[in-house]
Amino acid sequence: MFRFAFKKKKKKCTKENKSIKRIALSLYLRIPISSVSHPHQNSVGYLFHRTTHHTHSLQTDLCNPPKTPSIFNLQSMAIRAALTRRPITSSTLQAASRSISSWWKNVEPAPKDPILGVTEAFLADTSPHKVNVGVGAYRDDNGKPVVLECVREAERRVAGNLNMEYLPMGGCNNMVEETLKLAYGEHSDLIKDKRIAAIQALSGTGACRIFADFQKRFSPDSQIYIPVPTWSNHHNIWRDANVPQRTFHYYHPESKGLDFASLMDDVKNAPNGSFFLLHACAHNPTGVDPTVEQWKEISYQFKVKGHFAFFDMAYQGFASGDPERDAKSIRIFLEDGHLIGCSQSYAKNMGLYGQRVGCLSLVCEDEKQAVAVKSQLQQLARPMYSNPPVHGALIVSTILSDPDLKQLWLKEVKGMADRIIGMRTSLRENIEKLGSPLSWEHITNQIGMFCYSGMTPEQVDRLTKEFHIYMTRNGRISMAGVTSGNVEYLAKAIHEVTKAA
Amino acid sequence: MCYLIQMASVSLPSIALSATRSFQDKRKDKTKSGCLFKSAFFGNKKQPLSMETQSHGRVTMAVATNTSRFDNITMAPPDPILGVSEAFKADTSEMKLNLGVGAYRTEELKPYVLKVVKKAENLMLERGENKEYLPIEGLAAFNKATAELLFGADNPILHQQRVATIQGLSGTGSLRVAAALIERYFPGAQVLISSPTWGNHKNIFNDARVPWSEYRYYDPKTVGLDYEGMIADIKAAPEGSFVLLHGCAHNPTGIDPTLEQWEKIADVIQEKNHIPFFDVAYQGFASGSLDEDASSVRLFAARGMELLVAQSYSKNLGLYAERVGAINVLCSSADAAVRVKSQLKRIARPMYSNPPVHGARIVANVVGNPDFFNEWKEEMEMMAGRIKSVRQKLYDNLSAKDKSGKDWSFVLKQIGMFSFTGLNKAQSDNMTDKWHVYMTKDGRISLAGLSAAKCEYLADAIIDSYHNVS
Repeated sequence: MFRFAFKKKKKKCTKENKSIKRIALSLYLRIPISSVSHPHQNSVGYLFHRTTHHTHSLQTDLCNPPKTPSIFNLQSMAIRAALTRRPITSSTLQAASRSISSWWKNVEPAPKDPILGVTEAFLADTSPHKVNVGVGAYRDDNGKPVVLECVREAERRVAGNLNMEYLPMGGCNNMVEETLKLAYGEHSDLIKDKRIAAIQALSGTGACRIFADFQKRFSPDSQIYIPVPTWSNHHNIWRDANVPQRTFHYYHPESKGLDFASLMDDVKNAPNGSFFLLHACAHNPTGVDPTVEQWKEISYQFKVKGHFAFFDMAYQGFASGDPERDAKSIRIFLEDGHLIGCSQSYAKNMGLYGQRVGCLSLVCEDEKQAVAVKSQLQQLARPMYSNPPVHGALIVSTILSDPDLKQLWLKEVKGMADRIIGMRTSLRENIEKLGSPLSWEHITNQIGMFCYSGMTPEQVDRLTKEFHIYMTRNGRISMAGVTSGNVEYLAKAIHEVTKAA
Repeated sequence: MCYLIQMASVSLPSIALSATRSFQDKRKDKTKSGCLFKSAFFGNKKQPLSMETQSHGRVTMAVATNTSRFDNITMAPPDPILGVSEAFKADTSEMKLNLGVGAYRTEELKPYVLKVVKKAENLMLERGENKEYLPIEGLAAFNKATAELLFGADNPILHQQRVATIQGLSGTGSLRVAAALIERYFPGAQVLISSPTWGNHKNIFNDARVPWSEYRYYDPKTVGLDYEGMIADIKAAPEGSFVLLHGCAHNPTGIDPTLEQWEKIADVIQEKNHIPFFDVAYQGFASGSLDEDASSVRLFAARGMELLVAQSYSKNLGLYAERVGAINVLCSSADAAVRVKSQLKRIARPMYSNPPVHGARIVANVVGNPDFFNEWKEEMEMMAGRIKSVRQKLYDNLSAKDKSGKDWSFVLKQIGMFSFTGLNKAQSDNMTDKWHVYMTKDGRISLAGLSAAKCEYLADAIIDSYHNVS
């Protein structure tokens, strides 16, 4: 296929020999043929400069290749010569030019993250009226991020005092113990009997990811059932862990509440022993939680089917203001004897977002098994990040181990939850005041940081374009971004884009 | 009821058992290359037959929920490096010496928090900064500072915006994200890693499902670099492989190529169209100079090569547990850098969403403030200096006490925190069992954990283990 005759004459570019050359190029370079552009263009650069022996012959094999190196080649050569003070020889010419054709040609730009991309767009907006109700990070009534007092105090105690030696792979033990108490109960027998395998994790994301990898490794044939809708990153996590995903019904668009009947059907129809992802409280993005009765029924059905329940609890304390109440779903399952898994995060309820503090726990049959499972969880963490970051863990540990600081924390969490509940009421009232024909009771029925407004992507786009209001396109409003200062403006905008609906 | 439980639970353990069995088989695999691994994971996307199970069927009877799915999960082996510290803690002997994990210790064998780090932390406390999520790519000020530190603030490649940098979870996390990028965009491509290398490198590429093979590096005869072997193995690898190189202070041997050797290594990498992948965990810590320790990376960059570089601030800023590092991808164009950065973010998001903020702020504050930066350079020189001086003292003791005429000068030639003593596993065990000196089984000692006062004792232990144990 390669013809190495050294010809000075310009070759005639017939259609036939052009395509053969493209095939040859794509085979030689191990790139898809679609990336091989017309021989006149850049691909010549590839071929000309990547070979050491056949340069000339392959060059003339292609139709009328450019004979002089491009400006960029010369530029990089000059740089290199200047830096290394070596003369520019023909081999350096080739070497410099060779790298022009990048290894990364086939790397496309990744799509913007649907959630974190919203904040990026918000920051770029220059309008004075802009409102960010996108990402779920708590704001005070002035729209400012909040660092809890208990956190500041804990930081003061911790700063500069301690060394920063590696934590064990499983993380800060004290922090993990205190965290388990929050989820499983202060006096839980499971904790006393050491039946819980737990490691400190990189917030909720990290906990879910390690669990997904663990699931893949030790139940390689299993799938994960994920509610519709869910936090978008759940899909990414289980996908990157190579665990196939199935969905189960959750949100009922007509009532903007829970589609309980379909949920139960899906639970019953799933093969025995399936793995389910459940939001323990304050479902993200809908804010729709099952009632206590409904949780009991779900738990019973799970028992019948032998399903595995993995709880993602990112908002304990943040939903109702009471951590014990928010953990009710988990406690119901534990009472029924389920051996659950749980991801916990301090991002919202302690405002430690950027510190990446969380915990992954798995309930086992006995202490021996818990020790083995923990060792395997560590085994997954080691090649991912070796050991988790210490700073946030120390803050959590300091707060939860000190009764006064813990009380302060509980008070502050309730304060945050109350403000959000207040804003829900206010937003609903404001929209209703404007005479909206639609029902907005879901705003106050739903719980936690988010409100699933029921708005369409097109309506959301209008909110952004016309009113500079930023939220995710699924119509999810982060109530934490609503303040007494912007609630009226927000209500007006929502009314505007929905009144014709 | 019990019998039904037995029935229903039969299928579960069999899955778990076959999963763990095949996993353990891979662990036992002793071949140098990851080929066996590759065929298991790459050859066929379908799972091996032994792991195919039937569906669980329609068992509608009640199943007891206290049958655990984790019944057959076995204990993972202790980590060869981090496990050493745990064993050390349990030892009650007065003479015990921890030369296991590479964490810097003062002469008093205490952990060391750099003064400049304390200052930066106090400054941050005073400012009362918030704890909001960082963007997926991390703290912008940190990313800028780290790329400048690595390539040199005046390097034109930075001005040309050809470097995609994202903050990562120290060296490990940065390596892992890069490994995932390789797996995604270069399916089937291998990573060549040095023999020996840091223990966790293989775990990282295994878990990222990137096949690896080894190139010769350590020559036990000279206790130095097997240069010819290294060049030959890099040449022999399939074109377009990734070559994992230690930027400076090779871990675990402490043996670095000379600049001339680096040039030749770059030649053969270019010749074979390989991609260099640097792991820079000790910049500043090896020689005491940040610039000098980056010279290998800068040499490659100056040749116009595209490369990957993972960085860590664990050792040089003592930020071990804060998990601060970065992955840099130097591309041939700004456009490629933008695209690559977006894909690095896409890998990070389902791993940890965004990186921890505290350590990154410390680095940004230290590097961004000229006084702090100078102070840091001084402290780093001090740390590197202490290590050089214990190397000298150890060498002096070994030469004086060992009458066999063995050449111990490799202790001085090696650089950085670690020294490859040349002791084998049995001899290393003797070091621990008889002398209560804790080190890794490959014969690596961490000089950062050695005090001048203990050099004599260590010399005795090494001499004894080398001569009296085989």
